[in-house]
Amino acid sequence: MSTILKATNIVKYFYEPEKFQVLKGISFDANKGEFLSIIGKSGCGKSTLLYILSTMDTDYEGTLEINGQKTTGQGQNQLAHFRNEHMGFVFQFHYLLPEFTALQNVMMPALKLAKYSPDEIEHRAIEKLRLVGMDEYAMKHASKLSGGQQQRVAIARALINDPTVIMGDEPTGNLDKANSQRVFEIFKQLATENQQTIITVTHDPDFANGSDRIIEMEDGHIIGTHFPNGEHS
Amino acid sequence: MNWKLAFTIASTHLLSKKKQSIIAMLGVTFGISMFIIMISFMTGVNQFLEDMAMDNTPHIRIYKPIELREEKIIAEGQQQTDKTWYVLEHQRPKNELSKIKNGLIMGQRIEEMPEVLGVAPEVSSQVFFNNGPVQIPGTISGIDIPSEEKLFSLDKKMDEGSLEELQKGSDVIVIGKGLAKKMNAKVGDRVSVTTPSGNNLNVRVVGIFSFGIAAWDETKSYATLATVQKIMGVDPSYITDLNMKLKDKTGAVEFKKKLQALYPNVYMEDWETANASILAGTKIRNIMTGVVCITLLIVAGFGIYNIMNMNIINKMKDIAILKATGFEGNDITAIFLLQSLMIGIAGGIAGLAIGWFFSYLLSRTPFPAGEFFRISTFPVNFKLFHYMSGLFFGFLTTLFAGYFPSKRAAKVDPVLIIRG
Repeated sequence: MSTILKATNIVKYFYEPEKFQVLKGISFDANKGEFLSIIGKSGCGKSTLLYILSTMDTDYEGTLEINGQKTTGQGQNQLAHFRNEHMGFVFQFHYLLPEFTALQNVMMPALKLAKYSPDEIEHRAIEKLRLVGMDEYAMKHASKLSGGQQQRVAIARALINDPTVIMGDEPTGNLDKANSQRVFEIFKQLATENQQTIITVTHDPDFANGSDRIIEMEDGHIIGTHFPNGEHS
Repeated sequence: MNWKLAFTIASTHLLSKKKQSIIAMLGVTFGISMFIIMISFMTGVNQFLEDMAMDNTPHIRIYKPIELREEKIIAEGQQQTDKTWYVLEHQRPKNELSKIKNGLIMGQRIEEMPEVLGVAPEVSSQVFFNNGPVQIPGTISGIDIPSEEKLFSLDKKMDEGSLEELQKGSDVIVIGKGLAKKMNAKVGDRVSVTTPSGNNLNVRVVGIFSFGIAAWDETKSYATLATVQKIMGVDPSYITDLNMKLKDKTGAVEFKKKLQALYPNVYMEDWETANASILAGTKIRNIMTGVVCITLLIVAGFGIYNIMNMNIINKMKDIAILKATGFEGNDITAIFLLQSLMIGIAGGIAGLAIGWFFSYLLSRTPFPAGEFFRISTFPVNFKLFHYMSGLFFGFLTTLFAGYFPSKRAAKVDPVLIIRG
């Protein structure tokens, strides 16, 4: 199985309020089509790690390679383009643009990438909304949707450019049981059927136990790796 | 950069906060409309004053001034025994005729030059007018009526009577409105004209004119060249002034130099020197208009700057999410700069409309100018150029006011916002 993401010896400091080492040399690989969970107590550095992996945080030591490209040391604009094309994000708080409809929200990253014509993008966006079961709400304003619905639209948005890696920062952290289950199933399906790599930070043990691999962190170190459904290479 | 996408996002943002957008717009609207009203009115006033003065002012006036000789007069003693030199200090002006030598011929020659629109010869003198026992000081100008009509549209200044009667009759004059009032003279009345050298003639008033300039209307009178030459007791070639108009008045100073080289013995005065005070007034009004307009636009600019800054603080989350999903700093700048420009252009166009409306109202408002000014409503200029520059400055102001907040938006760190 091919490696899609390779983190080598990631070290990160916080300078406020005083210098503090959050990540103390993190190294791991993620494979194509793998569903990966990062768990750990609050303050262990797992979210910090995720934002470094997402390329949004560039202030770290060590190297990061995604999809065969070294992203460490690239400029902000290059990284923005890279994220646009290769990465999808799902956050704990849905972060849709409230003035736009669900459909417009989903289309936005694709319009930015401009790989397809607007008509085609709209068609693809409706497909993605159908995948998360939100196609009926396409024309609704994001601010009029419930939390669970917004999270599903956010997932559809993360998928619009068919990214290689999808990252989630506690994507179910703000959802009830039924909606959490739904989001989990969508992720599972993306990993197995579309061979997209999923990396999520989570506090939800059920969510983590359903994934392919769990990385456990404490005090800026990886302290263990589990394969809840049995190891397979 | 994807301008179309940035435009869609920008316009959606603006339309979803209509009240805030309109308030931001109103700042620009107010600034631009005041700019239009101010500049239309101020240039209208300038134009009016200049026209009023220029109508009656020759572009170049040629005359013979009374001169003192700079050098002292020195004479040898007349008697054989008298060996002294006499030096004449504090001399008095020489009794010289203020006649321009060969004035009429000079006028004809100048009229043939390509830069010249026309030359009107004039013979003028200070006189006293009598209608009854009181003497009223004034001037009388003998003119060539056709050229005076052509160059200075004297016929349009006539309140009563006409220049035709002046042309046809003998011993007739037209007098200023103020002068007529002072003498209580009406058309058809006879008044007596006395020159400083004592010549006297009874003339009939055939017309009353008004220039709209009190100082002129209270002193001036016109008659034919022949009549004035007769009053003064001089020959028909006696000319004191040559008043000319040029095809292009801005070239007056240059042309004056050229003429002066041809005719060094006469004095020439161009309109800019003659109207220095009016031109200075125009300059001061222009500066004032400029200062007020710039202030208004700067105030409007600060309004937009504040609103855009607030807008960006409100939109931090959106900016973070856009950057997370792959929008570059430049895209973010474009979104907010476009918002600012849309506010500027919409506000600017509204400002032009309102500015036009109020300048139109002003141009219809009666102006209490008194009986001397030939004007009934406020002078207002409507020039496309002012409207274009209003829009341009509105655009420029919002571009500046929006630039810095937009640059700030581009620098937002998405991690900081998303992690809370």
